[in-house]
Amino acid sequence: MSSRGRHDLLFILPSLLLLGLLGLPLLALIARAADRDFLSHALSASALAALRLSLGTSLACVLITLLLGTPLAYVLARWKFRFKPWLEMLIDLPIVLPPSVAGLALLIAFGRRGLFGPALSAIGISLPFTTVAVILAQTFVAAPLYVRAARVGFQQVDQQLEEAAHVEGANQWQLFREVMLPLVGSHLLTGAILTWTRALGEFGATILFAGNLEGVTQTMPLAIYLGFERDLGVAIALSVMLMGVSILLLAITRRLETKN
Amino acid sequence: MMKRPALLVALIALLVTACGAQTPASVGPGTELRTLTVFAAASLTDAFEELSAHFEAAHPGVRVSLNFAGSQALRTQIEEGAQADVFASASGEEMDALVTGGLADAQAPAVFLSNKLVVIMPADNPAALESLEGLATPGLKLVLAAEDVPVGNYSRQALDLMNGAYGTDFKARVLANVVSNEDNVKQVVAKVQLGEADAGIVYTSDAVASPELQKLEIPAEVNVIAEYQIVPLLRSPNLALAGEFIAYALSADGQAILRAWGFLPPQ
Repeated sequence: MSSRGRHDLLFILPSLLLLGLLGLPLLALIARAADRDFLSHALSASALAALRLSLGTSLACVLITLLLGTPLAYVLARWKFRFKPWLEMLIDLPIVLPPSVAGLALLIAFGRRGLFGPALSAIGISLPFTTVAVILAQTFVAAPLYVRAARVGFQQVDQQLEEAAHVEGANQWQLFREVMLPLVGSHLLTGAILTWTRALGEFGATILFAGNLEGVTQTMPLAIYLGFERDLGVAIALSVMLMGVSILLLAITRRLETKN
Repeated sequence: MMKRPALLVALIALLVTACGAQTPASVGPGTELRTLTVFAAASLTDAFEELSAHFEAAHPGVRVSLNFAGSQALRTQIEEGAQADVFASASGEEMDALVTGGLADAQAPAVFLSNKLVVIMPADNPAALESLEGLATPGLKLVLAAEDVPVGNYSRQALDLMNGAYGTDFKARVLANVVSNEDNVKQVVAKVQLGEADAGIVYTSDAVASPELQKLEIPAEVNVIAEYQIVPLLRSPNLALAGEFIAYALSADGQAILRAWGFLPPQ
């Protein structure tokens, strides 16, 4: 064996160990799910309620993120103002924070006894234990991923192109809609899918801020966590379904990235 | 170039040593450090922390590692191969499942405590709940433990009993007020403590651990007694030590510690 071959092992062995750690649990999940009861578990009432709620809330989260996150990303990419680095850090923070911290923070802010709780209840709004709380929790943890991807996309557009459009007499909105959006569309889509997958997987912030009630706040990850104790079959079926959706979304982002 | 493999080997060696640090190491001449792993119902949290501290003090070299969760969650963890020496459950159901699964001896489970239910409210009682009938008032935010959690199951049994006293649809009206089914009893306490829920149903021992909460007693005729069982797990490598811990929990000293936290003697 050549010395090069021996050194290759130093790369291959650690890689295999990590790959095993990453891949084996997922394989085990699929292997265990592959039984006659998979369909009946996957189609059980509580599994379907969780699936419906997860899809509805995560899509609402993506919509809110697109509407509010796109302008924010554009501002961060193009405008110059003081404290911008601080603002960028604030937006990145939810990505690295443990979700349980996010849930607690949301509760302390918007809970009934939270900082803004009395103001909210004065106008008749009570957030905890509602589907809206689920969407807020998902948006808190997932929106930063979109803003990040969109900001990078906007930054890559040649500034001279914008200046040229300005000279042509385009206003800020026309410039954004007709020049920027077509150029960064795939960046935005990639960001939106990242946000969607993160929102689908949200657990910690949801269970703390929104609680757990079937059909109202019990999303798929919560149903998996609680199903683990009640009926492992349902938990495994839901896990495999969630894994399937994630693989699909990852495949789409990969396609988009190679196209860029 | 040659230094890199050496670095890798050093890192792996470090990792292996770090992983091995859990194995017995000597603390002093003749004493061996042993760890006893106890899985206990969430409601036992404060009581078992104190019990274990006393047990450790009486057994030099023994460290009690406690894992608290809903009894149903602990049972699943044990069934799926979690390494534990002792299991203390808030319900006989979980115990029966372990016996059936061959993880505990059929004769071994001992009833060592009991507990009963109580309604808790935040310190300022925002829903002005004055009586059990009030639990059915529309709009009240009630938090229960999920049906699979022992206390959640007992709470629903108690509501069944209340049907007799407050009308046949009482349970359905109360359940319509449930805003969240929590994973263990401590989560129910937390939601009420934070003031997010107007009321919750927990054990009297939980109310003792959180004296700032308001309480609404549930009369004996509509209350449910929870029987706590404790058992050594057959797969345990520390069966003798597990037996000593259980004997201590059943002893007069152990019982005094546990009852100070609001638990009742076995019924």
